[in-house]
Amino acid sequence: MATTMHCDIACAEQQIFSGKVETIVAAGSLGDLGIHPGHAPLLTALIPGPVRVVMEGGEEEIYYVSGGFLEVQPGTVHILADTAVRAHDMDEANATQAMKEAEDAIQNQGAEMEYAEAASQLAQAAAQIRTLQQLRKKLGG
Amino acid sequence: MAAGKEIRNQIGSIKNTQKITSAMEMVAASKMRKAQDRMELGKPYAQNIRSVVSHMANSTPEHRHIYMEEREVKRVGFIVVSSDRGLCGGLNINLFKSMITAMKGWHDQDVDIDICAVGSKGAAFFNNYGGNVVAAIRGIGDKPAAEDVVGGVKVMLDNFGEANIDKLFLVSNEFVNTMTQSPTVEQLLPLQAAEDEKLQHHWDYLYEPDARELLNGLLARYIESQVYQAVVENNACEQAARMIAMKSATDNAGDIIDELQLIYNKARQAAITQELSEIVSGAAAT
Repeated sequence: MATTMHCDIACAEQQIFSGKVETIVAAGSLGDLGIHPGHAPLLTALIPGPVRVVMEGGEEEIYYVSGGFLEVQPGTVHILADTAVRAHDMDEANATQAMKEAEDAIQNQGAEMEYAEAASQLAQAAAQIRTLQQLRKKLGG
Repeated sequence: MAAGKEIRNQIGSIKNTQKITSAMEMVAASKMRKAQDRMELGKPYAQNIRSVVSHMANSTPEHRHIYMEEREVKRVGFIVVSSDRGLCGGLNINLFKSMITAMKGWHDQDVDIDICAVGSKGAAFFNNYGGNVVAAIRGIGDKPAAEDVVGGVKVMLDNFGEANIDKLFLVSNEFVNTMTQSPTVEQLLPLQAAEDEKLQHHWDYLYEPDARELLNGLLARYIESQVYQAVVENNACEQAARMIAMKSATDNAGDIIDELQLIYNKARQAAITQELSEIVSGAAAT
């Protein structure tokens, strides 16, 4: 069996990653899922969260996606993200502040923000922080 | 020398026009490079989602989505992607012509047409021409964002979902190279499976969560991305076409200036000669 598969991560504005990978771990709408070569064809929605990619040779990279879709075909995986960034390029202070603002908005409802909007912003900010924590764990460990 | 002064004024004003067109040419050239980059960056996503959707159309799904069903055609929808500004040669007009040909084909079959116009030129043209413009998106600018097209696309998708329209087409310019942009009419809905697929046996995806919800989201995203990509591509086309149009305008202005300069010189020479011969003949008479 093949030990690697091809993976593309793209968002509408640009392509973030393309290359051979050994494993992908992403946040699916029904929970985190890990994908190894030889996975059955799968189509799933993604929620905001980290995507961890183990590249050929064992090196790891972490990306953040704000939702989208993931498709598994024999030998290839497509990740169609709404927006995607390299975890390295993210700013923790920004994410923490966004999370705080969203929490405030949910506390004082009826202000400027809709509840649903605030909730989705909160989820995104929390996911960004989760991604950064994972990145730190990787760099620390 | 009354004629001479007139010609000199004319040359001056053409020179001013030439300055403007050559400045516009340079602006368009630099914008085109950026627009082309943007087009290249967006391509992988559009291609990826297209291949996902064509895989899906080839699969044997548990749930046939409404976007995949062929219906009897009573009304069709067109999404036409044009530019916001003019002065870009025949770009928009060529596009509208090929769209009108396509529309005529449907008219002859007694099929009504709804139009969603992206770009002011398209909206203005089809309002005049007598098309039924149900949605118009104006003022997208040089840096289109995916969110800009969502509204107009949603109108058309809702129409399709409610069976108000039975086919949806995308009309836009394809960027072949800087010199050539070719108008294309492409069917978006119902989805057409790619023919060259090897996976012809019966198979289906595992869907998480369930197929219906997922396909709704994915297919809407697919159409949006195709339209977005068309908008980005059209932007590159617009800048390229404008660059070419302005270049030829600058060249033409140069030709006219040369011609006028020649006429002016001749007139001046004639006047001098005439004056001289008058003086000479005047001297001879005395």
